Amino acid sequence: MQNDEIPPLSGWSEAELDRAFAAVAAEVEKSAASIRSPDDKEQFRLAWLGRKQGRLKAISDAWLKSAPAEAKKQIGQRFNTLKAEIEQRLEQAGAGSSDSALNAEAIDITLPGTRRKLGAEHPLIKTWNEIVAVFQRMGYSVGVGPEVETDYYNFESLNFPPGHPARDTQDTLVIVGQERKPLRDRLLMRTHTSPVQIRTMEQQPPPVRIIIPGKVHRNDAADATHYPIFHQVEGLCVDTNITFGDLKGTLDAAMKAFFGSSVKTRFFPSFFPFTEPSADVQISCPFCGGSGCRKCKQSGWIELLGCGMVDPAVFGFVSQKQSLYDPARISGFAFGMGIDRIAMMKYGIGDIGLLYSGDQRFLEQFA
Amino acid sequence: MKILSSWLREYVPGIAVSDRELADDLTLRGIAVEGVFDLGAHGSLFEMDITTNRVDAMNHYGIAREAATIYGLELKLLDTSLPAARVAARPVSVSIEEPKLCGRFTARVLLDIRLTPSSGVVAERFRLLEQKPIFNAVDATNYVVLAMGQPTHAFDLDKLEGGIIVRRARNGEKLRTLDGVERLLDADDLVVADEKKALGLAGVMGGWDTMITPETRNVLVEAAWFDPGVVRRSSKRHLLHTDASHRFERGADFNAPPVASALVSRIILEAGGHPEGELVDVVVEEAVARTAKRASVSFSLGEVRRMLGPTEDAEGILAGTAEGILSGLGCGMANAGAESWSVTLPSWRLDLERGIDLVEEIARVYGYNRFRNTVPAFSGTVVELPWAGKESAVRATLLALGWNEAISSSFCASEDAARFVREPGAAVAIGNPLSEEAGMLRPSLLPGMLDMLALNISRDVEGTALFEMGTVFSGGPERVDERPSLGFGATGQAFGKQDVDFYELKGTVEALLGKFASRSAYFDHFPAASGPAALRLTPAWLHPGRSARAVLDGATVGWFGQLHPAEAERRKLKQAVWIGELWLDRLYRQGLRQPVVEELSRYQPVRRDFSLMLPDSVAYAKVAEALEGLAIPELRIFEPKEVLRGKMAAPAHYSLLLGVVFQSHERTLREEEVQGWSQQVVAALEALGGKLRA
Repeated sequence: MQNDEIPPLSGWSEAELDRAFAAVAAEVEKSAASIRSPDDKEQFRLAWLGRKQGRLKAISDAWLKSAPAEAKKQIGQRFNTLKAEIEQRLEQAGAGSSDSALNAEAIDITLPGTRRKLGAEHPLIKTWNEIVAVFQRMGYSVGVGPEVETDYYNFESLNFPPGHPARDTQDTLVIVGQERKPLRDRLLMRTHTSPVQIRTMEQQPPPVRIIIPGKVHRNDAADATHYPIFHQVEGLCVDTNITFGDLKGTLDAAMKAFFGSSVKTRFFPSFFPFTEPSADVQISCPFCGGSGCRKCKQSGWIELLGCGMVDPAVFGFVSQKQSLYDPARISGFAFGMGIDRIAMMKYGIGDIGLLYSGDQRFLEQFA
Repeated sequence: MKILSSWLREYVPGIAVSDRELADDLTLRGIAVEGVFDLGAHGSLFEMDITTNRVDAMNHYGIAREAATIYGLELKLLDTSLPAARVAARPVSVSIEEPKLCGRFTARVLLDIRLTPSSGVVAERFRLLEQKPIFNAVDATNYVVLAMGQPTHAFDLDKLEGGIIVRRARNGEKLRTLDGVERLLDADDLVVADEKKALGLAGVMGGWDTMITPETRNVLVEAAWFDPGVVRRSSKRHLLHTDASHRFERGADFNAPPVASALVSRIILEAGGHPEGELVDVVVEEAVARTAKRASVSFSLGEVRRMLGPTEDAEGILAGTAEGILSGLGCGMANAGAESWSVTLPSWRLDLERGIDLVEEIARVYGYNRFRNTVPAFSGTVVELPWAGKESAVRATLLALGWNEAISSSFCASEDAARFVREPGAAVAIGNPLSEEAGMLRPSLLPGMLDMLALNISRDVEGTALFEMGTVFSGGPERVDERPSLGFGATGQAFGKQDVDFYELKGTVEALLGKFASRSAYFDHFPAASGPAALRLTPAWLHPGRSARAVLDGATVGWFGQLHPAEAERRKLKQAVWIGELWLDRLYRQGLRQPVVEELSRYQPVRRDFSLMLPDSVAYAKVAEALEGLAIPELRIFEPKEVLRGKMAAPAHYSLLLGVVFQSHERTLREEEVQGWSQQVVAALEALGGKLRA
């Protein structure tokens, strides 16, 4: 609207008025056509409809001032029409040109998002919580116990008699200065979470359903799959009439809950001092569905758990403190699995040492 | 261990399944076949992995017995017949001087034998098993071990001087064993000897001087039963692990020696010779009671069903199934009332002692996967650990604030234990540590945390923020206390574009403490330079000027701040490292804070900013105290928006931009009121020595 001259009006005839108004309308149209952005639109509105400097007001003031009384009505009507037209244009400019206008404001959405760093839960804790949650839904409470144990709880009460070869398989770290104590009182780093089974039963009459996650230690040199520290989850269920079938059904249901409903389980005879009968449990490979892959060494099966019916000798030790654990009346099962191994398998971790390295580049991947 | 399927089939001719199925069936019964290799016309070679408690199944006959039991087939008896013996002019004398260590000793004399290379079945089976044949008399003893597991030994009879004596070795006695090594014996070793010398280390290895040579014409075949303990100790002491010691250590079959003796003799005599006199068999009665004639076990079907539950097709194991399995395995089943038995135990299964052992045998042979999967009913409740919710709240808060969770070793070096221990002298040492760096149980999570931060720095990670929740230990050899703790450490650009600073840590600690209910929470510090020594509480590992103690309801719950530059230098950490530890046992004494919602005002807040210059000696806490002292209920919020020191401020002063929010719950504030309070604020700050900036 560079032109702020008042357009000439050479008479008050209707024809002349039509011509003059048509000229102004053309001007409106031309200026409306150049609207590109909300800013342009506002400019257009101010230029034509502004209360103080608006062109429409200037023109109407100029023309009406000099017009004879009988022409004023004609002119007023035409101004109303023109004003309506400008308002319409303004509205259309809003609707019709919005996309092109907004496109001008486009940003580069391919630039990366601004991310606040999330902290990452440790993969072992994540796996630990997932396993515990499965069993909590099946009625198991969490049990805990000390990491420094006595020989009695770690071995003897679990039916590892002194000198038993099964003790050799669990290279044990011991606390300094224990030599003078009786064997059963000597302190050591627990080699499994099983002592918590005994401690729980000593404190609580049957029925018992506990799930025991925890850190354990062995005097093992570190390599890709061994580390002096690792984590276990054990479970214990004791009641009247607990059967081997209950053990199988429970673990089958738990593995399906953890790995997916298509996972199958199968049980093989095994040996543990504190269970009898004892079993190793394999699950059908959850990664390949059983057809064979690298994770299951092409066998379609992965060995994951050790388990068995609680050996009556274990109840014998417990009943020294809780007489209700009479093996003739009650029975139970226990099972255990390595959290590290499950996490390594699940997340494709090749070296157990990474879990204990605190290497942030590794940990961040679990955020 | 290698097993030939054709050999198994010789003992159990009725096996109808293929070798592969046989392997699978054995594996499912705990007799694990790890690999099956096709031998064409000779069947298959099984690579076995037998658990150590099943020494009876570490030979062909033992595995054949398992197969026969699985399929309910007959197991052929071993043929122990021999050519008629000539009457010996002078029978061999055998004397057991240590009846506790040797329970049985058999001796058989074979004269005029002919040493030849093995032929026929023996030669072929050795070839298939990739075992090197020597000559018949030696191969015979090895063959019998493969066949039925009992170790035997053949002496050159002509080199014996007098009768056999089983006795303890004399201290300092020497014996050259078959491997050519001269061994120094002592009284803990048991030897088989003649009247002049030791002939062999009992149950472990025979002697060099009396071994069979190509010149040997007459032999004495030994088959005996030795105590597992004495064999284990000799084998360990002399670092001599042999097929024989392996079996004796685990408890051999007390009834096997006469059978093995006959089998070995049969093979040797095939090439010529004859037995001289009958078998001399000396048996220690006391040992019989411990092995072959153990007390029978009373056993009922009800017990089997109570332990095992329903099968795939019945409400439990059937009486016939139980009886079939146990008798197949060699148990004697005498009826003792309805569906109960008095069971005599086979001499080759010393691992069987109790009723539960028999339940396991039934479950195992019947097949674990043939029991119905059931889920037990439960009438109890699920109880959460008392601190479970608190632990989750701490972890969730740290994760939300961008800290990464780590887990480190439970051990640390002794100098670290000394530096980071809470109470002096309370760190616990490991008696057989993995290494010197892991000699102590960690008294704090910080040594591990610093190692992890150092690793990240060395790997050029731009910023690191780690936390660990774990157990710390204190005490001594008598008693070890375990406490839950939280360690955290950060360095570099861990949370954004700027390096971590003290306030980043403080903010995290504030957020954590804010999760817990408390009447008061505050931070303070005790610079090393001020106050009496007893009050200088700041741990030595912290920078005394850039660290703080966190106190919750009057109890210290932890420390945090910059790692002391001396400690950083000792660890060769060149950049600033910020660490802290919260004692979760103390924190967990508080309950979790229960949010109680404050009513929201419907009236407009009024914001005012004050730009001030304050002397360095006036800590922000004084400013806060002064403003709280005004007790203006409408003064809702005040906060430091910007603190500047150095060039922007006068010497020994700092500039503070203080943001203040006034708001009422009852009405819209009038300009004059706000003006009045603002003047009070300014006056209070001026009283502290502050000056309002233009």
